[in-house]
This record gives sequence, C-alpha cells and structure tokens, in this order.
Amino acid sequence: MRRAAVAAVGALALLSPAACGGADSEADQKDVEVFTWWADGGEKAGLDGLVATFDEQCDYSFVNGAVAGGAGSNAKQVLASRLQQGDAPDTFQAHAGAELSDYIAAGQVEDLSALYEEWGLTEALPSGLIDNLSVDGKIYSVPANIHRANVLWTNKSVLSDAGVTAEPTTMADFLAALETLKAKGVSAPLAIGKDWSQLMLLEAVLISDLGPEGFNGLWNGGTDWNSPDVAKGLENYKQLLSYTNADRDTYDWTDAGKLLMDGKAGFFLMGDWAPSDFEAKGFADFGHVAFPGNGDTFQWLADSFVLPQGAKNPEGTKCWLKTVGSAEGQQAFNIKKGSIPARTDVTATDYPAYQQSAIEAWKTATQVPSCAHGAACSQGAVEAANSAIGKFSSDQDAAGLQKAMAAAAALGRN
Amino acid sequence: MLTRVRRWGPGLLLISPSLLLLGVFVYGLIGWTVKVSMSDRHTAAESDGFVGLSNYVDLFTNDINGRFVHSLRNLLIFTVVFLLGTMLLGLLWAFLLERGVRAEGVFRTVYLFPMAVSFVASGVVWRWLMNSAQGDDAGGLNAVFGQLNLGFLQNPWWTDPDWGMVAMAVPAIWQLSGYVMALFLAGFRGIPAELREAAAVDGASTFQLYRRVIFPQLTPVALSALIIVGHMSMKMFDLIMSVSGAQWLTEVPAVYVWQTLLTSDYAKASAISVILLLLVAVVIVPYLVQTMRTERRS
Repeated sequence: MRRAAVAAVGALALLSPAACGGADSEADQKDVEVFTWWADGGEKAGLDGLVATFDEQCDYSFVNGAVAGGAGSNAKQVLASRLQQGDAPDTFQAHAGAELSDYIAAGQVEDLSALYEEWGLTEALPSGLIDNLSVDGKIYSVPANIHRANVLWTNKSVLSDAGVTAEPTTMADFLAALETLKAKGVSAPLAIGKDWSQLMLLEAVLISDLGPEGFNGLWNGGTDWNSPDVAKGLENYKQLLSYTNADRDTYDWTDAGKLLMDGKAGFFLMGDWAPSDFEAKGFADFGHVAFPGNGDTFQWLADSFVLPQGAKNPEGTKCWLKTVGSAEGQQAFNIKKGSIPARTDVTATDYPAYQQSAIEAWKTATQVPSCAHGAACSQGAVEAANSAIGKFSSDQDAAGLQKAMAAAAALGRN
Repeated sequence: MLTRVRRWGPGLLLISPSLLLLGVFVYGLIGWTVKVSMSDRHTAAESDGFVGLSNYVDLFTNDINGRFVHSLRNLLIFTVVFLLGTMLLGLLWAFLLERGVRAEGVFRTVYLFPMAVSFVASGVVWRWLMNSAQGDDAGGLNAVFGQLNLGFLQNPWWTDPDWGMVAMAVPAIWQLSGYVMALFLAGFRGIPAELREAAAVDGASTFQLYRRVIFPQLTPVALSALIIVGHMSMKMFDLIMSVSGAQWLTEVPAVYVWQTLLTSDYAKASAISVILLLLVAVVIVPYLVQTMRTERRS
C-alpha cells in the first residue's frame, strides 16, 4: 500500500513538468533565434546595438544563436546540418548576393520581395544593390550593412619619407610609386595576406582594367574570362604581386596590416574593416584612397539576414528583419561595427569621419559586388577561386590562372 | 539444439549491441558515403541522380588546376618523408637507449613527450618556428640559423612550392618519432637474453649480433610502426590546418574534403572521402590479414 502511494507521487512528479510544457511552447512563440558568427569584438558590439533596437521596436525576445570561431566556417557547418535536419533557426546571417544562391536553389530561404515593398526598402536601398540582391526578380535577404572592399590604405610617413607625395590614381602612378618605395629600401611596398586577400587585389586590378561593367560581366557571364583584356589585367596583377611581401601565403590580413603599421609597407589593400583594427592597435598615421584606376567604383559586400523555410516563429523573424532594414537598426549596428548602412537616406553626420566619406561615396558611386566575399560568387566559386589564386602565388603562371578563374566563375553560374 | 544455443547464445547477445552500432554507424555510413559519391549532389539541394563513377573520373581528369592530383602528390611526399623520418629516428633512439645510455628514464620521457601534445597545439608552435621570412625579417628557426651564422640554412619552409611538404612533415616527425622509439624499445627488450648469450658463445661480433639476431626479430615491430604511422599520415588534417590553413600550397585530400564539404558539394566530398578510405585500406588490410595469420598459427 505504501509502495503504491510512493509510486503515485512519483508518477505525479513525472507528469507535472509535462503539464508545464504547454506554457513553455507559448513562450517559444515569443523567441526569435538569430544565428550569426558575431561572437566578439566590433561584430558583437554591432549585434548588441541591433538587439537593443529590436527590443524597442518589437514585442519579441532575442535568442542569441551565435557560433564562434573559424571566421564563420564553424557556423556554416552547424547551419548546414541544422537546415538539413529541418531545424532551421528563425533567421541566420549570410553574405548578401550570390553566396545565398545555394540556399535559394535548395529552397531553404523564403522570398521577401513583398516585405521590401511594405517596408519601403525598395526606395531606401540603391538600385545597384537591389539588382545584385535579386534572383529572378525576387529578393531573399535584408542587408544590415555595407563594407567597401577596394580601398588602398597607406602609411603616410613611409610614403613621405620615400618622396611619394601624390596619392596614385592610375595603375601607372601606382606602379611608379611602388618602384620608388622599393628603390628606397621598403621591404614590402604593397602588403598583402594569403589567398582571399590576393583575390581582392586581383579583383581591384580587374575593375581598373575592365571598368565596372566589364568587371560585373566576369561573374554574370557577360565578359569572357579568356579575352585579351583579362589577360592584360592578369599581367598587371602579376606585376603588382612582385612588389608584395614574398611570404604572403603565411599571412592573415591582420599580419599584413601589421607590416603597414610597422613601416615595412607603404600600401595595403583591404576592406574598410581595416581602420578599426589599426585604431585598436594604436596606429593612426594612415591614409586611404580608392584603388588606383577604380575611379568612383564602390566594390561592396554586405552582411544580411534571411527568413529560412520552416522557421518556428516567422512573424518574429519578420519583425527582426524589419529592424535590420530600418534606419535606426542600421545606425545602431553600423556605428559599432565600423561599416556603413545599406540605406542611402541616413544622416551621415552621426558617423565617424571615414564612414562619412564612405556613405557619401555609396550614394553616388557605381556599385560592383565582390567575389572574394560572396557578393558576386557562390560559395563553391569563391573557394575554387581562392585555390587558383593560391596556386598562382607560388608558380606565377598567368595563363593557368586565367583558365582556372574562368572555370571557377562558371561554377557559380550553374 | 538448445545446448548449442546455450554455448554461443550469451556471447552473441553480449556483442550484439556493438555489432549493431558498428553496422549502422561505421559500415552503414560508409555505404551511404559511397552512394552519395555516385550521385550528382553538388549543391545543398536534394538530388539523387545516379551518375556512376563520373565524380571519380572528374577528380582525376577534370578538376580545376588538377587540384586533386596535386593534393595526392602532396600527400605522397608528406607520407614518404614522414615514414622515413619517424622510422629512422625512432630506431636510432631506441638503439641508443638499448645500448645503455645513462638516465634512460629521462631520455625516454623526453622523446615520448611530444606524443602528449596534440597536432593542433604543436602545429601552432611550428607555424611560428617555420616562419618563412629570411634575412633581417627572419623569425623562428630562420632567425636562429641567422644568429648562428648558418644563414645558408635559412629556407622558405612550407611555402616552397616543390619541397614545402617535406617541411610540413618535420613537425609530424618530431611528434611521432618517440612513439616509434617506444615500439622498437619494447621490441629490443622482448628479445630473450639467451639468444644474445648464445650468439656471444658462438663468437658473433656486435655487428653480427645485431645484423643476424636482433634486427630480424624486430620485423613485426617495424611493420606495426609503419602501419600506424602510415595510416595517420594518410588522414593528416589537423597539423596542416594549424600550420598553413587550407590553401593550395599544402593541400592534401583530407583538407580538400573539408573545403568541398563547406561549399555543399556533397558528391565531390564523398568521392574524395572514398578514395581516402581506399588509400588507408591499402595500408591497413594487408596488416590485418597478416595479424590474423600469425594469430591462427600460434
């Protein structure tokens, strides 16, 4: 008898959490799980800013699904397996543009075009960007920011010590400046890191030689990779590479940036996330100029958020996406991350000096996407291009590079 | 009938959970990988089109820049140097200890210690030691060479397009020589003293003793060492990722699998994995056959 009583109490104890389960699932409807690889530094600060705005604008609660490490590759692995298991987060971070094409082709993300109209994003975002975001006339992501890739950073004292006073604006100027630096004994006139940062340099050279139209064509099929114009660009690239640090394949971009800070390099091509790294390390003596010959072409990349198929809380996700696209959300995010808003209707004076000039350029410049950062290329194409660039760095075979890049670019168009 | 069940029944019951788990999670998944490698699943989208062996053929004939063949070549260089290095050093150290060096325990620990460090941790250190900068900017080993006036020894290490993989094998040799030494030392110690005495009575010189009596008895140990080190080499991933990261110069098949998997090219990643499995099998299967034969004989 006593035993039976104990058993009954035990059974009740087991049942009671189940009874609470109903209430839990009510609470689930309030949660929006946001999946990113922004776990620390300026990226985490930016995310926190965005969350603060989200809390004000929406009646939902933010759940951080960040996966740290591997510059996002850990997160991408986790994400891929979750999507396959049908356990999609409510929203996830992805580079805007062609990098999303895999998810779109697999039917893993939803069309947001109607919401773009509803939230007025079609007017707030520049049309060049909208064109690049659209796949068959539909848009699948909301960009949170814009970074510029084709910026040449300079060490002012190294340049003035070597007598390079004018900032180079054409490829010929640039080569002459590099030659001067080399003659003055600067060990690496142009600092550069491994594969993807070399791909950024190649892209900047190709923008110079082909112009923005021709450059876009390289990725969407309008320009023939095997044309003599491209060959000339590759020769220029090869020439530039001869002025770089010989041990470039061992360097991450921050190591290459250190060459500039230490005065061992005069120039450094990197996206506009570089200054926050310079400033964090106490280096202020830097200048910047658009890559020579790029004119007013603004090569962009962007982080964006999507609405995955099968998200548990699509309404909450929509509110998150609305915050991401809103002027307040973009300001809260970008001031801290060091990038600029994708919207063109923002007040530039709220931002630090470099960002103000970038915001100005973003409004007026010709916009081209970057392959190295997934705006112009699918993930497979980026990876194949990095491999080809890595091979070229060791064997300098320009004809081989041309063939391999043509094959890599074709991967993204399948 | 019942008595026979009684004899093997409990045993079978005992091993059945592990049999089941092995069947599903090892052999089942191998089968699944082979199936995917013969499909055209090159994106995250589902697709089960059967394409036979074309993914394998593409790897050898139609890869951008011959990338897969390049990774195999890298693996070959790495494996040969790694095997030779660990076997020679391991044998040498074991031989010295066997000949009676003072403070054997200390040396044994010193040589075995690298084994306790993970490839990732030692890779990070060796990444710095094998800094490719030379002259004034030199760091790591190149700086040491420079300070010792041995500047001619400075070299680009793993960034050399032809000999890079030899440099990549150096940390691996450093790490596993001690293990091979331990195996050989156990082999030396396992040889009965009577044999040495008998050889001495027969008037054998020290050289003859080793050449005719001791070394022949070490063959099984050498074979085990070769197999263990060899299959580790085929699967090498963590060391290379932490020294150079994933890039063309030092790419081996295991790294290539990872890269293709990250870009959702499942069919290609599976095909490379299957080839890698076959390569390891080429080393492991003869060893298993040989072990089974010896066990049956004894």
